Amino acid sequence: MSLFGSFFGRSSKTSAPVARDRLQILLAHERTGNGNESDLLNKLQAEILEVIKRHIAVDQDKVQVKLDRGNSVSMLEIDIEVPQMRHSGQP
Amino acid sequence: MAKVLVVTSGKGGVGKTTSTAALGAALAQTGQNVVVVDFDVGLRNLDLVMGAERRVVFDLINVIQGDAKLSQALIRDKRIETLSILPASQTRDKDALTAEGVASVMAQLREKFDWVICDSPAGIERGAQLAMYHADHAIVVTNPEVSSVRDSDRIIGMLDSTTEKAKGGGKIEKHLLLTRYDPARAARGEMLRIEDVLEILSIPLLGIIPESEEVLRASNLGAPVTLSSPDSPPARAYAEAARRLEGEKLEVTVPVERKGLLARLFKGKS
Repeated sequence: MSLFGSFFGRSSKTSAPVARDRLQILLAHERTGNGNESDLLNKLQAEILEVIKRHIAVDQDKVQVKLDRGNSVSMLEIDIEVPQMRHSGQP
Repeated sequence: MAKVLVVTSGKGGVGKTTSTAALGAALAQTGQNVVVVDFDVGLRNLDLVMGAERRVVFDLINVIQGDAKLSQALIRDKRIETLSILPASQTRDKDALTAEGVASVMAQLREKFDWVICDSPAGIERGAQLAMYHADHAIVVTNPEVSSVRDSDRIIGMLDSTTEKAKGGGKIEKHLLLTRYDPARAARGEMLRIEDVLEILSIPLLGIIPESEEVLRASNLGAPVTLSSPDSPPARAYAEAARRLEGEKLEVTVPVERKGLLARLFKGKS
């Protein structure tokens, strides 16, 4: 590619910084005992479910755990599909 | 009826994971339900190449051991709705991958998806054998290089002897995917020619993926090359290979850079 091409094409070609950032976030999590991470999530999920089950019947299959690891903050999302609730006022 | 595909090679570093991601995305883009499964227990990387590494919660081993449901371990791609990934475990020991466990997961995947694409670990050990065991089709990823061709030959032997299909007296359908091909060097006689590799391995050709800097860029960005630069030669080669997998009869060519410099500059601005 010509000098021109590499100059103009540059903005779309600089993928290496993205790669570096992704690796830094990933490895920071993996180095700090990620082996326990899924155990922790398992526990959280089990205990949260336990609390909810005291009040509602929940199907295990209708529970989704989502995670997005970030640089300084991670997002843990637990989606629970709740069946139609019967209110006391209903027949 | 779901099709189970294994992407295998024997040799490491030839492009199995890149090819799994690119073909998976290309098939999913046609609206079919696709899951890519990482079988490289201990050294998972498909999540990283697919850009899903930050979203892994549960993995294949968690499902096999009953710690998570399959639906909980599947990660849906953020770009293509019909594409999912099932990550491999990073830390647990390899014996956790049991034959029965894999069989049960594969049976469930067959019910949920149109295509199940298994990214095999390198080597010919248990992990590689389990990855290929349930496959209907095998994509043998080969570089035009002596050690890669030799390893592919061994893998082809295994596909014909140790898979479920082979044991049942059937035949697994094998396809050759030639990657990192450099037409200029082949023309100068510096690289094994396509015909040479085909003659030696004698399995049908699925596609030729030209050597390209776009492949590294895709992996940097965490996107299959068919998504990160769909017009690039490798992306077009993968897209055509995907169409051949769906049964289309397309002549195999080596895609080249389409446009001149000016055209590319203008396109970049639009």
